[in-house]
Amino acid sequence: MLAPDIILAAVLNGLMTGSIYALVALGLTLVYGVLHIINFAHGATLTAAMFAAYVAQTALGIDPYLALLPVTLLFFVLGYAVQRFVIGPASHGEDRNILLVTLGLSIVIENAMLAIFRSDTRSIDVPYAFESIDLGFTFLAVPRVAAFGVALIVALLLGFLLRATDTGRAIRAVAREKTGAALAGIDVPHIYAVTFGLGAASVAIAACLLMPTFYVTPRAGNAFVLVAFTIVVLGGMGSIPGALLGALFIGVVESLCGLFLGESLGQIGIFLIFILVLLVKPTGLFGARA
Amino acid sequence: MIRAYGPAIVLIAAAALVPFAITANTVLNFIVFALIIALAAQGWNVLGGLAGQFSFGHAAFFGSGAYTTALLQTHWGVNAWVAFALSILLAGAVGWIIGFLSFRSGLRGSYFALVTLAFAEVLRILANASTFTGGAAGTLVKLDMGPANFQFASRAAFVWIALALVGFVLIATIAIMRSRFGAWLTAVRENEDAARALGVDTLAVKLKAITLSAAITGAAGALYVQYYLYLDASIAYGPWISIEALVAPIVGGIGTAFGPILGAAALHGFGELTKLFAGGIPGIDLVLYGLLLIATIAFAPDGIMGLLKRLASVFDRRRTR
Repeated sequence: MLAPDIILAAVLNGLMTGSIYALVALGLTLVYGVLHIINFAHGATLTAAMFAAYVAQTALGIDPYLALLPVTLLFFVLGYAVQRFVIGPASHGEDRNILLVTLGLSIVIENAMLAIFRSDTRSIDVPYAFESIDLGFTFLAVPRVAAFGVALIVALLLGFLLRATDTGRAIRAVAREKTGAALAGIDVPHIYAVTFGLGAASVAIAACLLMPTFYVTPRAGNAFVLVAFTIVVLGGMGSIPGALLGALFIGVVESLCGLFLGESLGQIGIFLIFILVLLVKPTGLFGARA
Repeated sequence: MIRAYGPAIVLIAAAALVPFAITANTVLNFIVFALIIALAAQGWNVLGGLAGQFSFGHAAFFGSGAYTTALLQTHWGVNAWVAFALSILLAGAVGWIIGFLSFRSGLRGSYFALVTLAFAEVLRILANASTFTGGAAGTLVKLDMGPANFQFASRAAFVWIALALVGFVLIATIAIMRSRFGAWLTAVRENEDAARALGVDTLAVKLKAITLSAAITGAAGALYVQYYLYLDASIAYGPWISIEALVAPIVGGIGTAFGPILGAAALHGFGELTKLFAGGIPGIDLVLYGLLLIATIAFAPDGIMGLLKRLASVFDRRRTR
């Protein structure tokens, strides 16, 4: 049997990985909640944002934490524009087409990154990358603790935005009943695009928080998004608290599976949960309807 | 009869003549690869196009077919032709199991897409970690040229075999579309609830569709192994083949018999041309691939077949005027 210290350390590490998953999953669940489709370009967007943070640091010398705000704004605008001018018009209002257009976008973005940056693994150097907090029985890396904190704040802000602002109310109205929302004077294509922008912004934040400790390749985002699919389904598609709790839970599961089954099988647990949830309770823990 | 099957027979016969005219290995290589993709896409089309169930994980079937044929030969020395037949059966069984689990739970749309994706990923991780499948290093099938071993020195032989399989599935697809089963598939695709209300056993219809679909895509996987004699987890169960199997029918014309073949030919024809002109840049051909998918959905929702039909009707109108 393993010592409780090691298990506790694995759980803490899992929670911190889970916080990054949470940011990726929040974007995905928000878009699903409103547009009722899976955004297959989410992973490629994460990759693109990681490259943006990488370029900001290597070419412009801007620390990823300082780049967080401009990169997030940039990706909000990009996400807005892509939904408004590409996905919306190209899909003729059919759900299935939106799914396919986002798949096409993911292929385009991923391979454009490959053409520009080649398949090398890239990472950045920051002075605080290896700083850690001593808890007595284990060490916590400072960048990961920072990521955990920011992820929680972003989730709260997003929740506040949806609850308390006019735009948030409009988003919820469109999610519930888009025809009714349109009749009430809400500009539905605009709200779709805002939602998409928020989704892209949340992965941009995830990317800036990841870069100090992680690496980027043209396919780096995919691993996160497959996990995020699981989280979104587990938490209930469209549910913000579901995505947050689901992400933390999945982070811990992955960490513990890695501990007990070995690194190469660490993700098996995630996918098995995924399939089980889909087969047994596809509405997830917090979801309203399938 | 001739009206229904004539074009298919003419197309296959014409394609069978190509290896007599062209002997360049690069071209024949390209044709075999495009035919393997076309076969995988024909499989996807039975489930996605005819029954309207969009799978994002056809790699699960491609890989199962591929691994069956590779492992039966390397571990137990089973004859390649026997292994090929068994791999089709096993891929069909995998399709039935995945279909049974997900259709019985009533998964549709995005949920069905995700669960198929997850099954393919689980299989990929398992195949990558297991020593039985050769793990990350992959599996090599022993080189032993000879018709008895399903290995041919001439690439033309592979063109004909792949063409025979594609042709067989093409004719079978047309036959299905003209049958009662085909009408049930259409009913399930267009409105599943209404179909059930009218007495169609939708679960049985969908199960039959996914089993057939998986068997066909599994055959493509087995053919891949027989041609390249090498397999690893990311080839067998990687997302690339799920995407190929799905995009080709959509670009070619979803739910049509010729769509998957036209789509595979067009996408890979374009890809090869791009590589020819912009060869040095990796990924540039796939950028075009993605753009072609988006453009198809935006401007030609019925794919190449839809464009051809539109062209034919314009031509007809001119002639009768």
